[in-house]
Amino acid sequence: MDTTRRHALKTGGGVTLLTLLAAAGWLKPGEAAAEDWNKAAFETKSMDETMKALGGGAPATSADIIFFSTPDIAENGAVVPIGITSKIANTQSIAILVEKNPNMLAAVFDIPAGTDTSLSTRIKMGQTSNVYALVKADGKYHVASKEIKVTLGGCGG
Amino acid sequence: MIARLRIAAAIALGVTAVAIGGAFAQSSTVDEIAKYREALQDGNPAELWEARGEEMWTTPRGPKRVSFATCDLGLGPGVVKGAYAALPRYFADAKSVMDLETRLVWCMVNQQGISEGDATKIKFGDGSARRSDLEALAAYVTSQSRGVEMKVPVNEPHVRDMYRLGEQMFFYRGGTHDFSCATCHGEDGKRIRLQDLPNLTKTEGAQKAYTTWPAYRVSQGELRTFQWRLNDCFRQQRFPDLVFGSEASIALTTYLAGRANGAPYNGPAIKR
Amino acid sequence: MADPMKIRANVVGDSTEVKVLMNHEMETGQRKDAQGKTIPAWFIQNVKVTHNEKVVLNAQWGPAVAKNPFLSFKFKGGAKGDKVKITWTDNRNDTRTDEATIA
Repeated sequence: MDTTRRHALKTGGGVTLLTLLAAAGWLKPGEAAAEDWNKAAFETKSMDETMKALGGGAPATSADIIFFSTPDIAENGAVVPIGITSKIANTQSIAILVEKNPNMLAAVFDIPAGTDTSLSTRIKMGQTSNVYALVKADGKYHVASKEIKVTLGGCGG
Repeated sequence: MIARLRIAAAIALGVTAVAIGGAFAQSSTVDEIAKYREALQDGNPAELWEARGEEMWTTPRGPKRVSFATCDLGLGPGVVKGAYAALPRYFADAKSVMDLETRLVWCMVNQQGISEGDATKIKFGDGSARRSDLEALAAYVTSQSRGVEMKVPVNEPHVRDMYRLGEQMFFYRGGTHDFSCATCHGEDGKRIRLQDLPNLTKTEGAQKAYTTWPAYRVSQGELRTFQWRLNDCFRQQRFPDLVFGSEASIALTTYLAGRANGAPYNGPAIKR
Repeated sequence: MADPMKIRANVVGDSTEVKVLMNHEMETGQRKDAQGKTIPAWFIQNVKVTHNEKVVLNAQWGPAVAKNPFLSFKFKGGAKGDKVKITWTDNRNDTRTDEATIA
């Protein structure tokens, strides 16, 4: 019996093969289990913890990850525009982490082939902090960071 | 003697250099905040309120099951395009000068049969559980004046009276801190912490300020109207609560809207 | 039933640019109400975007994504008249799907 099936049977109801695959790392784009959510990764407080939850090693700093339309100062931390472009070949996903937020990981975007490795969104920042753009390409992790000053924290209301 | 002069000169130069450095730091902060504001423009959550308001406008409601198609905002029953740019104005059927919200409430009460209490139950929304119909309607109606030149009928006698009253109010000092609107908005270069304050006594400042309300206020997470903005100004000045739709609120709105005449309306906008 | 999203999909060169505004409180679970009680976390966890049934973006979000989330990205291909579909699911198992036609 293959080990994954044995594990699924052992852990009982609610834990499916797809859940295990999801917990092991990124979800592959296009799979039906888009409803899975990497709870552990969204509860980490440090880069080390986050990388462990994501199933990767320490990321290498890269100059090929660029922030665009991302201001140095956010008038209000409740809404901070972040734009990230990855020029790294075979980029599979882009994640946004905020160092000083209660939990570091803000969002993870799985990018299938054919989609631009560039996107923009808005995040909340509790205080002035480094923001990390974490890129997974060819199974390896790369990171770029930018400090964004926040004049009014956006988490506690 | 000469050595002392040299030292004094060096210190003077040093001080000047620091002063210039300080000015640079300040201007780059202002630039960065301008960049933040610009980055926010792409994708304004106000559009979500506009969509809700648009649906409300055409849906029959109230005990009389009437939509806003019969509501005259000044340009004819149901006409929304350009209406906000010509408000406040005098309405003969109501015998008073009205701003957008008071006119909407009037239509709700007199045409849809909704009680005034119900119509104004939630003036300023708070999250998805406490939504304000008025804010959604205001977002929709004002969006239909985007790009339209401000043309408040300031020469009409009733409007002119309100304008003058509003002007007096603007410069009237009162409250525990002896503030007037002009205290914060009567001079160039004033700011509260990092918020630069528009000088509303100058046409450019008045136009830029009035034409960007309503706005999605990021810090509120809500779409806020000019009634809200005035109410919050009163709160910040430690004035008594500005009653929603009161003559006082309409007078100030008429004055500030009139000062924006000639400029294209630019809302709903997005602000911090 | 959650409120509709505002989706814009436009052809830009040989790509389609998608911009979407979602209606969601994205409550962090850090805030307290007037009585001092913590307001429970309520936020979108998954976002899926498809073009003609093909997934063009898949995202996992935490509560640190801003309220009334905005997302903008591009994918290759897409023609006027094609459909772009976006689905979000939140931590209350509430979900919303909206469709837009590429212009």
